[in-house]
Order: sequence, then structure tokens, then C-alpha cells
Amino acid sequence: MAREVGTVLTIANLVPDLLGTYGDGGNALVLAQRARARGEETLLVSMALNDELPDASIYLLGGGEDGPQRLACDVLARSSLASRARDGATVVAVCAGLQILGTTFCVEGDDRYAGLGLCDVTTARGSIRSVGELRVRVGERLLVGFENHGGRTTLGDGVLPFGRVEHGRGNDGVYDGFRAGTLWATYAHGPVLAQNPWFADAVLSSVLGYELEPLDSVADLLYEERCRAIRS
Amino acid sequence: MSQSPSPRDRLGVAALRGLNRVSRASGRGSGTVIGGRVGLAISPHLLVSLAQGRTSILVSGTNGKTTTTALVAAGWGGDVVTNDTGSNMPAGHVAALAGSTSPRVALEVDEAWLGAVMSEVDPRVVVLLNLSRDQLDRASEVRQLAERWRGVLGDADDRVVVANANDPLVVYAASDARNVRWCDVPTPWQADAQSCPRCTLALERADGSWYCSCGFAKPTAITTSLRNGLVIAGEHYEMRLALPGAFNEANAAMALTALAAVDVDVHEALARIEAVTAVAGRFTQRRWNGRTLRLLLAKNPAGFDALLSTVEPDGRDVWIAINARIADGHDPSWLYDVPFEKLRGHLVWCLGERRLDLATRLDYAGVEFRVVDDVDELPGAERPVDLFANYTAFSEWLARSVPC
Repeated sequence: MAREVGTVLTIANLVPDLLGTYGDGGNALVLAQRARARGEETLLVSMALNDELPDASIYLLGGGEDGPQRLACDVLARSSLASRARDGATVVAVCAGLQILGTTFCVEGDDRYAGLGLCDVTTARGSIRSVGELRVRVGERLLVGFENHGGRTTLGDGVLPFGRVEHGRGNDGVYDGFRAGTLWATYAHGPVLAQNPWFADAVLSSVLGYELEPLDSVADLLYEERCRAIRS
Repeated sequence: MSQSPSPRDRLGVAALRGLNRVSRASGRGSGTVIGGRVGLAISPHLLVSLAQGRTSILVSGTNGKTTTTALVAAGWGGDVVTNDTGSNMPAGHVAALAGSTSPRVALEVDEAWLGAVMSEVDPRVVVLLNLSRDQLDRASEVRQLAERWRGVLGDADDRVVVANANDPLVVYAASDARNVRWCDVPTPWQADAQSCPRCTLALERADGSWYCSCGFAKPTAITTSLRNGLVIAGEHYEMRLALPGAFNEANAAMALTALAAVDVDVHEALARIEAVTAVAGRFTQRRWNGRTLRLLLAKNPAGFDALLSTVEPDGRDVWIAINARIADGHDPSWLYDVPFEKLRGHLVWCLGERRLDLATRLDYAGVEFRVVDDVDELPGAERPVDLFANYTAFSEWLARSVPC
């Protein structure tokens, strides 16, 4: 969705009290700070459990335990998130948030809990829990982060993986996450946008509609260090 | 009464003591884990026989275990067996118990081990401090942990559970226990219990209380922390701790409630607890390279938040050292749950193996920082330093520095 020039960029962190187990709130902060550094007027908002869905250009979903994940899914299913996403709002989801965007996921003994159904993605219970460093090839770039989940995610027709796993497990040991329209999803939880400044800028660029000037910061040194540390 | 130990137990204890002496003498360890492991390998139920016939208080929770256990031991007075080396799993427990015949036992227990240790030690009192996110890459997620605690706390009639009434996850864990002494103590960290542990609906909070529409609510406390004091069972006590911070007032209130449950005189115990100035090197003033350091162990968001509140606006330098080894948890994502924004206006020196993760976090928080690749780059001796460090970084700085 094209954004009008001069408007405020609103970034909304969704139900962080349920989906925010691993410092995932950091992703919203990173997007907001990197947009501000480019001179964009930016508003960072948070949707608490009993709030209405705020009007925003970018929505962020984090990770959570089974009970909170189910409750978050229920809350978001009642909200206008699905229609806003179909109208072109950007959604960045990690971990449990990734699973919620799809059609079904596993939770507390229920193997087919209905997700938001924003794309043809299903998550089954994996045979083992995936815990550890994750390194994913995304075109010319690497995505580095940490995963901790028990899901095995299958992408349907028309849903592209975000990248190919070089270390760790991701969706299924081969691919990690997905891209579908304005949806971005990865199993790299927590502040994945802090560790991968190119990823944060790719999201911002897609929303702002122009190429961003490079932003030199210590985050670039962190990215280089993690790329060296997590070997394929 | 205590039964005489089996030959296997005696062999286990002998091996344990011998190995611990070797470990300490060789300077390769504090001599608890290796000896304890071997003792347990020889006699798997060694903990049962070593704890038998003694009065035990167990302390568990995410934050404050070591301090509260130390306060229980200090407050009890006299010779108290305690695992004060930080080894808080069974190997550390048997090593501590094999080292003393005192009838009084105060043990810190890792949260994930609480059920197993309770069934072996058969404690008189179990203290449950709090539950929050901590090293999620290796420990159970926090709600699963609360569920497991609930499963093991409901079975003994004569056991006292001292539990934090302000932590909904702890209240849920203790909700089936028969004899609970609830403590209304400072618990600022609420981020891990926004939704009801029983039904997952949103918890309501008002006027220092909390409740859910399903009926799950803050229980009535027998112990209440006040400013510079506390009330236990209707009796008021003045309290002036040498240890800093509201979190230590909570730790002391729960330690005193536990001691009251084993008939220790609260006035006498309080005087002994007030005199404690440092625990396992924490909060102590140390010297390094001509600088005076206050060493602060900060290893998870709730603990870090509590300690950041003790930083004065000016007058001290702030150094932070972050590692991500096994004992720290391999995933430093938790740095984004720490409200580092509180340090705006300070210059923070970033140390440790994950100093770039820390520096990036501080950058996004709007806090001025310097990345220190080598400790020799640290600035000269002018002002005293508050040094925050997570587990293994703390150990390094404790070893590197000397007492004042």
C-alpha cells in the first residue's frame, strides 16, 4: 500500500503481554529508531490485551508460550488485523507469531488450532524442540538469530520461504519463515531486527516506498560478529 | 528419627569428601559439584539419608534464591548447613550436607529441580520467591514451571509453604498446598503474569492487588512488607537492612516468615539478618586497577530492572558485562526486556563476550555507550563504579578484583 508523503509512520506491537517472551518488543523499537534516524516521524504504539487494534502501517507479533499464544490468536481473530493485512498493512511475525498467521497450529494438546489464516501455512508438532542459533541464507544476505520452538511448519502454494537454513532448523530443517504479500515471518525470535539491520531496513523500505540511505551504527558490527560466530 | 546410614551411603560420603578436598586443593573448582556427583553415582538416594532427621528450609524462585538462602542461614543463627557456593542442584546439596552434621539446613534449589529435591529432603518449609523469564533457551518456560511446582506442592500436610502473594504465577503454583503463609512483598516485575495462570484471561490490577474474572485472585497475606519494616502474623517489626534495594526487603521478609515457621524468634533473627552486608560477593565493594567497584549480579530482566533502580543519577560510572555461556543461557534476547532506558544520561561501558549485543541494545535505548574490547582500555581511577554483570561475567570480575 502506497504511503502518503508527510504522514506519520505508526508501528504497533501487538499484545506484548502475551507475545513477547524473548525480548520481541525490541523489534518494534528497532524499526521505530531506524525510521526516526532517516527523518521519518514515527509513532510506536502497543496494543494491550483489552485494547482495540490500533491503526498502523506495521504490526509486530512476537513469541509466547502455549496458553498465551492461543489467547493472543483468539484476541487477534476478533480484531481487524486480517482485513488490515489484506488491505496492505505490513505484518512482521516471529516464532509463535509466525504460527498464528497461518491456518492451523498446535497448542496444549490440540493439533489443529485455527490460526488467523492470512496465508496457506500450517504448523504441526515437531518431533524435537528446536533450540539454538539459526543462520538463514536470504538472497545475498544472511539472517542470524536464535530459535526456540517445537513446531514444524509447512508452506502451501504461493507462499515463499523467507530463506534457506544453513544452521539450525527453522520451519523444517530446510527453509525458514515465509514471505507472502506484506507478511514477513521467521522463527528467529527476539530482537531479530536488532541483529539484522538489513532486515529492519528491508521492512521499512517496503513500507516507506523508497530505498533507505545506509545507517552506520554498532548494529552493523553486531551483525558481522554474529555472521562469523554462527557457522553453517 | 534418623536411621543409621547404609554402607553404600557411607562409601558415597567418603568419596564425595575426598574428591571435594582434591578439587579445592587443586584450585580447579569450589569442590562441590564433582564430589556431589560421584557421591550420588555411588549412592543414588544419598540426599534422602543425608537430610533425614534434620530440619530443612528450601528456597526457590527466579530471583533472590542465593540471597534469601543466605538470610535464612544468617537469621537462624549458629551452625546452619547451606549450599553457599551457588551449586543449587542435588550434587551441590549432598556436598553441603556431607560437610556438616548440624540439624539446621537451608538450601537454595534450582527452580526446575524443586520437585525432585523436595521428595528427597522432605523439608519443613519451602520458600517460593517469584517466577519470571530467565534463560529460556535451557530452562522450562515460566508457565510450565509454575504448573510443575503446583504438581509437587499439594501433597504434604505438615509442610509450610512460604509464598509470594504478589506473583500470580507463584500463587498459582502454591494454590493446592495445604499450609501456605502468603507474603505481600515488593514484586515490581509483572511482565510474565499479565494473563491469568489459571484461565489465561487478562488479570486486573488495582491498589496493590490483582484478580481475574474467573475468581483467581491475590490471597490474604500473613506477612506484609512496609517501608522500613514488616508485619508478620499481626506483629510489627522495624527493619533496616544493610543490603540495598526493595527486592532485598522482600527477600528478608520471606526469610523471616520461613524462620518463624520453624519457631525461630523473629526479633533475634531480624537483628542477625540486618547485619548481613554481602552475599556471595554480591553488593560488595571490590578493588580492581585502582578503582572501587560495586559488583551487581544481574542475569535476567526482573533482576536487572530491580538493580537499575539502585543506580544514582550521578557520581558513579556504569560498566555492564554480558556473556552468553551455558550458565548464562546462550540467548541474550532478554536484553531487550531490560528497561535500559533508565540509564539515559549515563555513559555506559560495554564489556563481556556479548558486548556488541549490549551496545546495540543501549544504542536503540538512546543511551550513550563505549564498547570495550580489552579491559585495559577502561578509563582511569576517578569515580567509583557500579558494575552489572550476568552470571559468568560476574564470576570473572569477582576473580579479577579483590575485597576492599
